[in-house]
Amino acid sequence: MYKYDTYDQAMVDARVADFRDQVRRRLDGSMSEEQFRPLRLMNGLYLQLHAYMLRVAVPYGTLSSAQMRMLGDIADKYDRGYGHFTTRQNIQYNWIKLEDAPDILADLASVEMHAIQTSGNCIRNTTSDQYAGAIADEVVDPRPYAELIRQWSTFHPEFSFLPRKFKMAVIASDTDRAAMRLHDIGIQIVKNAAGELGAAFYVGGGMGRTPMIAPLINGFVPIDQMITYSEACLRVYNRYGRRDNKYKARIKILVHELGKDEYTRQVEAEFAHLLTQGIEPPLAELERIKVQFAEPAYETGITDAVDRSDPDFALWLDNNTHVHKQPGYAVVTISLKPHGGIPGDASADQIRLMADLAKDHSFDELRVTHAQNIVLPHVKKADLYTLWQKLDAAGLGTANLDLIGDIIACPGLDYCSLANARSIPVAQKISERFAPRENELGELKLKISGCINACGHHHAGHIGILGVDRKGVENYQLLLGGSEGADTSLGTITGPGFDEDGIVDAIEKATDVYIANKEGQERFLDTYRRIGMAPFKEAIYAPGTQKKGEPANG
Amino acid sequence: MKILTGNDLKTGAVTWWDGEGWSLHVANAADVGEHGEEIAARENALRHVVAPYVIDGVLTPEGPRPAHIKDRVRALGPTVRLDLSLKPADPAAGNWVI
Repeated sequence: MYKYDTYDQAMVDARVADFRDQVRRRLDGSMSEEQFRPLRLMNGLYLQLHAYMLRVAVPYGTLSSAQMRMLGDIADKYDRGYGHFTTRQNIQYNWIKLEDAPDILADLASVEMHAIQTSGNCIRNTTSDQYAGAIADEVVDPRPYAELIRQWSTFHPEFSFLPRKFKMAVIASDTDRAAMRLHDIGIQIVKNAAGELGAAFYVGGGMGRTPMIAPLINGFVPIDQMITYSEACLRVYNRYGRRDNKYKARIKILVHELGKDEYTRQVEAEFAHLLTQGIEPPLAELERIKVQFAEPAYETGITDAVDRSDPDFALWLDNNTHVHKQPGYAVVTISLKPHGGIPGDASADQIRLMADLAKDHSFDELRVTHAQNIVLPHVKKADLYTLWQKLDAAGLGTANLDLIGDIIACPGLDYCSLANARSIPVAQKISERFAPRENELGELKLKISGCINACGHHHAGHIGILGVDRKGVENYQLLLGGSEGADTSLGTITGPGFDEDGIVDAIEKATDVYIANKEGQERFLDTYRRIGMAPFKEAIYAPGTQKKGEPANG
Repeated sequence: MKILTGNDLKTGAVTWWDGEGWSLHVANAADVGEHGEEIAARENALRHVVAPYVIDGVLTPEGPRPAHIKDRVRALGPTVRLDLSLKPADPAAGNWVI
């Protein structure tokens, strides 16, 4: 894992001191809310529905045990005993007091963490593949490149006031586990025929009110020019991105309106210019970073055998572990989606337990996934049963990875001041309704957003749900056919929306259509793509099958 | 009726103008009539509240009820964590929001 050097630590410590002074001046009246608001947002402190909310950055989703333990301690000491892991691999606390915020940032700094650039029109936390460094299908561990981007983008003076927020993701395998093409810039580290590493740039993706899949603008930028090319992409955006209309200010709109070819032409011209300026970090810096992501000291010659005699464990083993590149090891995903629970929430005790388990069983390392789960990347197969028993006893042993109960859900109207409808109660009802059938339904990625901003990735769900406000009443639109994997696609709205119970019934009808039409090993998404929307729509809106209150006038 | 709401500057807690000060309970909210903006500006300047705004409310036998669901959620707390709401002992409290 990356360790702060003296520059990193000094920067973060200085920011804590600055913010402490800013909070003091706000509380003593030296500063108005209008003056203070941008400063608190630069430190991840929002004013949400019930209180201040602090969003803490987890760079590319990687955490040490000590960092994870601190996240649990903060939940206890300053919040109400829990935290919420987000779709950008971060964690949020919902009940923060302004006067405590500087102390929290100081505690975070003591474990090399911060909340810088988790808000505002700047480059946000760079996300990555939660299995990075642990699986065989990647050309290289993408995290050193994500770390290089973190260092380049932190306090970047030219990109601190972009037209809008800016999100980047870095992966290094053809299996996209980071929704890479739904980011402002998605980078896939690739290898060419000569065996050289390069970066494929996908630019102009995103969700929100205008979802777009990022087009490929350059399939191979030499790896020692990745930062320069990123700078060129940002420069063109910063120059021409719309600042007059926040709904048209994201880079996806610029790329769409200019056209991919013209945007690319301008980026290439800027890139050629920047290459003469020598802005690329020296390779020695990349090598310094890479050393810190060295392989763990795996044991060799250990067993691959696992005793499957406990059926509950065997189910979890099948659903929640992934093949590791090292014989004798497995990648474990801890589901934060207990049946009927709140997606992404974990109590302070659960957070500390996961920290302890990472220390004992996973070389001191954890990952936060964009699907709001936690990964222990390097677990000896011989330890899996013991590990599962400890997880299960703590309510963390749900065996539902990538099943219908593994729902991505934004905080919705229960917490978020931007939301139009509640997401979590819908997720809970779906989770409970389908728990007995989730293995029968197989891989089915269901995602719920409480507003058009799409923090719950509803556009990219095999089944997506968008909560809207219809004259003060919550209403839920249903989408089918989205995906955020290597086969990225955007979902299509089925038709008129539903009330809270109606949307759950509609999903049941959709899954019934899937089961009736499934061929071979098809997933829900495969069947939908083969047979199209019509049979689903027909079943969902069949006359006489609607309950009172649905459909709700579209 | 018109209700004035905001958040406590120090704690961020949701508060309601009760005619003399700020209450945590919407049941205590006063009808501010046409004076909401004026009170909000004064209280904001005094740092008694942050981000105040005026909403529509309906007077019920239990007291004022915000007209919009978002403000009802603010008044109660998260419906999915009633243990953290202002009515932790009432398992049906969420119905008031809907």
